[in-house]
This record gives sequence, C-alpha cells and structure tokens, in this order.
Amino acid sequence: MLELRNLVKSYEGKPLLRDISFTVAEGETVCLLGASGSGKSTILKMISGLEFPESGHILFNGIDLAQTPPHLRDFGLVFQDYGLFPHLDIFNNIAYGLKMRNAPVAKINSRVAEMMDLVNLKGFEKRKVTDLSGGEQQRVALARALASQPRLLMFDEPLGALDRSLKEDLLNEIRGILHKTKIPAIYVTHDQEEAFAIADRILVLHDGLIIRNAAPDEIWKNPRSAAVARLLGIGNVIEGEVISVNKVKTEYGIFNVDCGHNPGAKIQLLITAGKEKAEGEIQLTVEDVLFKQDQFLVKGRGGLIIHLKDAPRVGDVITVQVQVKCLE
Amino acid sequence: MDSKNIHASKNGITSIRVYLSTFLHSSRSRLLIWLAPILFLAIFFFYPLTKILTLTLDFSTLANRENLLITYHSLLFTFYQATLSTILTFILGIPSAILFSKFEFRGKSLLRVLTAVPFMLPTVVVAASFNSLIGSRGLFSFLFPLSFSPSPTFYFLLILTAHVFYNTTIVIRIVGNALSRMDSRLEDSARILGADTFRVWRDIILPLLRPSLLAAVLLVFMFDFTSFGVILLLGGSNFSTLEVEIYIRALKLPNLNLAALLSVIQLAFTLIFSVLYTRIISQVNTQTAPRFSAARPPKTLKEKIFVFTLALLLSSFFFLPLASLPIRSLTRLEADRGQRGEIQYGFTTDYYEELFINRRGSLFYVPPVQAVLNSLGYAVVTVLLSLALGYPAASALAKPTRLERYLDPFIMLPLGASAVMLGLGFILSFGRALASPFFVPIAHTLIALPFVIRTLQPALASIPEKLRQAAATLGASPFRVWQTVDFPILSRATLSAATFAFTVSLGEFGATLLITRPEYPTIPIAIQRFLSQPGGLNFGQAMAMATVLMVLAALAILAIEKLRLPNSGEF
Repeated sequence: MLELRNLVKSYEGKPLLRDISFTVAEGETVCLLGASGSGKSTILKMISGLEFPESGHILFNGIDLAQTPPHLRDFGLVFQDYGLFPHLDIFNNIAYGLKMRNAPVAKINSRVAEMMDLVNLKGFEKRKVTDLSGGEQQRVALARALASQPRLLMFDEPLGALDRSLKEDLLNEIRGILHKTKIPAIYVTHDQEEAFAIADRILVLHDGLIIRNAAPDEIWKNPRSAAVARLLGIGNVIEGEVISVNKVKTEYGIFNVDCGHNPGAKIQLLITAGKEKAEGEIQLTVEDVLFKQDQFLVKGRGGLIIHLKDAPRVGDVITVQVQVKCLE
Repeated sequence: MDSKNIHASKNGITSIRVYLSTFLHSSRSRLLIWLAPILFLAIFFFYPLTKILTLTLDFSTLANRENLLITYHSLLFTFYQATLSTILTFILGIPSAILFSKFEFRGKSLLRVLTAVPFMLPTVVVAASFNSLIGSRGLFSFLFPLSFSPSPTFYFLLILTAHVFYNTTIVIRIVGNALSRMDSRLEDSARILGADTFRVWRDIILPLLRPSLLAAVLLVFMFDFTSFGVILLLGGSNFSTLEVEIYIRALKLPNLNLAALLSVIQLAFTLIFSVLYTRIISQVNTQTAPRFSAARPPKTLKEKIFVFTLALLLSSFFFLPLASLPIRSLTRLEADRGQRGEIQYGFTTDYYEELFINRRGSLFYVPPVQAVLNSLGYAVVTVLLSLALGYPAASALAKPTRLERYLDPFIMLPLGASAVMLGLGFILSFGRALASPFFVPIAHTLIALPFVIRTLQPALASIPEKLRQAAATLGASPFRVWQTVDFPILSRATLSAATFAFTVSLGEFGATLLITRPEYPTIPIAIQRFLSQPGGLNFGQAMAMATVLMVLAALAILAIEKLRLPNSGEF
C-alpha cells in the first residue's frame, strides 16, 4: 500500500533523514521509534504532503504522490496536542473531513454518531473543545481522523501529553479500533513501551536511517545493534576487546563468546541478567536498589542495571548469571 | 546624654514613625494623594468639558439649517475618509501581517521597526515628509514633472496614503501577532482532512482571527476618524473632517456653538469606539499562547516572489518619505526670485540658516529657531508636571480601593477627547488668560497624563508590599524605603514615562494650534505656518524644521524602546 523510497531531507542545512525506505501493508500497524529530534514527525509530514523530500518518492498503491496536495491524499493524522479547531464544537470537529468531501447531511450525521460511539463520547456533540480533558480531546481527534475513512492513519506521539493510566486505556482503545477498521497505520513514538504494545512491526530510526525493521518480539530477543538496545532499553551495552577467537575481555571479566572478529578488535556486548541460560557470571558491587513492580532494579558498578527477585543491600558484592550477546 | 535618654528618644522617633505610617495609610492621606491630580483634571479638563456641553444645550445651534448642514457634511466626510483609509490600510496591512508572521527573511526585524516608526512620529513630521516627497514642491514632482496641476483628488489620495503610512503597523502588530500565535497544526489538520487553501482560510484561519481583525479595524478606524494634522496639513482647506471643522469654527470663522456641538459628537463616537475596542481586545488576549514560531524562509517560487515584492514595496513605502524629508531640507528646488520657470537646484543649507534670522515681515516676531527653544521648554514643563501629577495617581491606582476603581475611567477620559476639543475647551473657559504661555504645557500634560499613569501603574503594582515591609523592619524610614526600594525599581518606568510625555509635548499639534499665541510658536506650529505660506523659502524652512523635529522624536523613540519593560504590552 504505502511505500517510501529513498527519502532524503535536511533541516537547517544538516542532514536529518539520509535514506528512508519502508512499506506499510494493508491492515498493518507500523511503529516508527526514535529519539526526539530524529525526524519521525518529518516523515509523517512528508507522507501527509505538508513537507517535501529533497529526493526520493512516496507511493500509495503504486502511484507517486509528489503532485498530490495534502487535501487530496485522503490520509488521517492525529497530533500529540490534538490540533482540534477551538472555534467548532465536537460535532463539527468530527464532521469537518466529511464536509470537505461534500458528504450529504444525512451521511455526516450518521457517520459522526458512529464515530462518537466508537470513541465512547456519545452525547458530547455540542460541547466545546476547550471543555474536554486531554484524553477526551485525543478521542475527538481520533474520531475526526477516522470519520472520513482515510486510506492511511498516522499518529504523531498521540499519547505524549497524557498521564500514565490514561495512556494505557487509550492505547488499548486505539489498538482495538485499528484492528476493527483494518486501516493501515503509522504510529510515531519515542516510548518503547507504547511501541511494543501497539506495533505489528517496529522501525527504529537512528541517525537519519532505519537501522532495524522487525516484529517487536524479534527485536526484543535480539536487538542486534547497540543503538537499538540503548533506544529500547534492552539490557546493558558494554565495551569489550577480543583477545582470542571466542574470548572477549571487559571490565566485568572475560566472556566466552564468538563474535567473528579478529583478536584485538574493539566490540560491544549486550549483557542481560536474570535469565535461565547463563553464558557467564559477573561480580557486581551494588550501588543502588529500586523497587519496580514485582522485582528489584539493581544498579551496580559502572552503571550496569539488572533485575532481581530479591533485594540485595547497597554495598553488597553479588554474583549474577548473565547472558552475553554480540552487537554490531 | 545618658543611655536611658538615648533609648527614650529612639522610642520617641519610632513612635513618630509608626504614627506617620498609620497616617499615610489612612483614607485621609489617600485623599491628599488624589487632591492634586483631581484638582488639575477638574479645572483643566472637566470644567472646559462642561463649558462645551453647556454650549451644545443651546438649541438655537441645532435650529440653524446651515449649522446642521455643516455638521452633516463633515460627519459624512469623516466617515467616508476613515472608511476608505481603513480599507486601504488593510489592503496593505493583511499581506504584511502574513509576511511578518509566516516568513523569515533577511532584514525582517529592521523592516518591522521601519513600519512602526511613522506611528510614533508627530503628525506634522509625517505630513511634512509626504509633502517633501510627493507634494507639489516635493522631490517626486521635480523628478517626474506632473503634466496636470494637483487636483483635490490628488490631495485626497495624499491624505489616504498618509493614513495608510501611519496605521499599517497596527494591522501588522495585532493581526500579525494573532497569526503567528495560531497553532500551525490546526491548518495542517484541516488540510489533511481535505480542505484546500481557500477552505483553510474560510473555515479555520479567518474565524480564529476574527477578534484580532475586529480590534485592528476599530483601532485603525478610530485613528483615521480622529485624524487632524494630516488632513489639515496635506489637504489644506479642501477637506473638513469633524476635527478640522472644529478648528475652523473655533478660530477661522468663529462659531463656538457649532464647534462645541461638533466636538461633543466627536467625543461620543470616540467613546463608543473605545468601549467596543476594549471589549474585543479582551477576547484577543485569551487566545492560546505561542508554542513555537511558525515563521520559515520562503520555499516555493510563489512564496519567494510574494516575500520579495512585498518586502521591497514596504521598505520603499516606509523609507522614501522619511528619507526624502531631510534630503529635501538640504536641496534647493526653486526658481530664483523674479525668474519664472527655470528651476534652480542643488545642495543648500539656506533653509537651516534662515531659521536663525528674524526677518522683517516674516511669519513670526521672533527668529524661527525660537520655536525649537519654546518646544523644548514646554516639553520639560510637561514632563515635570505630568510626573508630579501622575506619580501619586499611579501609586494609588496600583493598589486601588473600591472607590478608586471608579476613579480610573475618569482619569483616562482625556484620552477620548481630541486635542482640538481640549483646545476649544481652553478657549471657552480661559479666554483672555490664554495670553500666558503656561497654558500650552498644561494642555500637553492633559494629553500625556493618561500615558504617564499607564506606564507607572504596572511598575508600581509589581513591587510587592513585602519588600517595603522588609525594608521598614530593617530600619528604613518611609523616605529611605522609597529611595532604596521604590525608586530603583521605578527608575526605568519613570524615565520611560518622562520620555513619553516629552515626545507627546514635542509633537502635539491640535491643542497647541488653538491656544498658542503667535509670539510663542512651537515646532509643529512653525511647520504648519511655513507650509501654509507660499514660496520656496517657506517650504524649505518647513522641511528644515520638520527634520529637526524628526531627529528629536527619533531620539525619544529610541530611548523609549531601550527603556521598554519586557511584557509591558503594546498600545
């Protein structure tokens, strides 16, 4: 359906997006994950037609969109701070896209009612936008984007301004609606929890490139690169030096892993703890202990973070079984 | 003196101090604070106002057919020219507001300042500038000699152009600010939902801009409606708005009853406009605060052409008249005495030198440069008087009691009265006494006082009472409190208010024209007299005098800009 080919875009003279290519298939929810300022929103703006790539193509169903202005693309976009029209009531906000398509009044009425129902806002038609809470406003924004049955739905950090419990509720709602409507969607966020919860596929944007494109569980199991691991908060990334074919020396000791590098090479390793199949063990001086949900988050020497079932005391030296993976 | 006695006398001083401070906070002392400003306004504003109102109660004025016709025609013309001026101002102002709010380009901030300069210049300077450029003796008519002699239509267009020159900055500020404050995602949302550019403007931008547009329309209309100097100096006697007609009926063809009637009509309209404006502007302020600047460099060819053309147009429109004034004041552009036709031209300092010469049969009984000294003297008196009256009023209004809240609109009322009306009131109330030159700075003070109070009041209100209390508990006497707490915080605001009063006095034209004596001219009056007389030398001297005033005003504007407190607002 949607296809991006080799998009390039710079911001204030510096390259922002260097070579972006990906596709979104029918009914698929793709999550674009990256640090703030990495150009995620710019990609959405280019897909919408609000900004233009310096080179590259955006195609939908095989047709290049370069000559199509934003109002004829038939896409939907949900902003972080909603972008609701303050001078229109809820009904007219949701009806706006239908009116632009010159839909008959009867159809507008039934469609808006349907949308209000879908986002659980029945009876709010005549309310002013400013009377709503943040979560309600985001529901209206979602209903507004959905009302005219767009060919593609885009979310630009839609939950960024909401508090935690509201975030989870709305995230579930969005996921439900996307499954029900089968509209392909691109969901932009910097929050890895959101990404894992909603995505069929995650694209990791780093340094102007998509450095990883895979299903959430696959990425979790094997982040492959240090940047992905750091961005998604998977395990600990540590520096090491290959000393022989399958031995790597680090500040936590020597591990038996074969990363396919020649001796003397500087490499990065991913260390996770608390799993069953251990590939090594390390001695760790405990510097801080935090309670987190059903386990303890233990901070050790050098900033190493592991999760444990039982809390050690600060200053203890503990032995931890760890898994070690090579990173690119 | 033994230690016991020292102790006792200290206690004595403390008790006096306590007594003094309670006295200062009693209602009786507040009355004392108000005494001077209220007395001043009562004698010099409300008494003349009642004089004017009494005259209008004379129904024979209304019964006179000719009076009614004059009233009708001047009212009609005032509305006609104000409407046309407002429309023209918006034709230039709206694209300019878009230019400044949506685009970044080189020289943007300089251009913005340039468009704001005319608004702060005295009317006589603006009128003289336009004369120097496109008047019948202007540079433009010399470079491109007109084949036709200037018609009334030409002068009317000149007036309209000067009004646009004056007021475009209001549209740029009010509408431009609202545009740049507008969340750009609303526009994006509408476009993605299927709205083309036309519908984005019709459905989203214009409805959201409505309060700002209305506020700007009202303000521009109000300034055009009350315009006096520009119309009198550029239009001559061809055009009479209400203001000009008041002036004519007060001095030239005396009919004081009619003048009073006209000024009451004028006052009524200004009050209606200001009430409407106050209501609308309160809606503008409640709009959302800016999140980020949406201004960006132009991208498409269309945008580049728009930015380039408009920036060029604006810079020439606002720069040329201001630049041509000093140039014209140093350029000889007239036929030699006795020789018709052949125009001599070249560089000259004659017009400035002539200002120092008291010619027999000249317009004044004194060398024209005396006008500069008079103006400066009046300005200094105005500054001192308006600060002396404004300071107590502002400090009381900074923390008003309920009664004092009702006083506020009365203090501000002189703003609604036109300068010409103030002059008329003085003529009616003080008649012969006006021979004293002291009435001119009093009139200037009346006009400057509301500005002075509005400048001092927020600064005074911003000083927390706790600071003064802390200083007092640390041993500062009331005077020391004022000296060490209030004054340092207020010095900027005071200087700013003083400069404002100074500028108002320097440029004041309407009231001065009505009450000044021929032997005490001010700079604006001198310019007006030079302009109303024939001859290249008189015209040149008007240019020279206006250049002097422009330089003085520019210095004052610079000082005000430097002193402007952050967040102290506009207009």
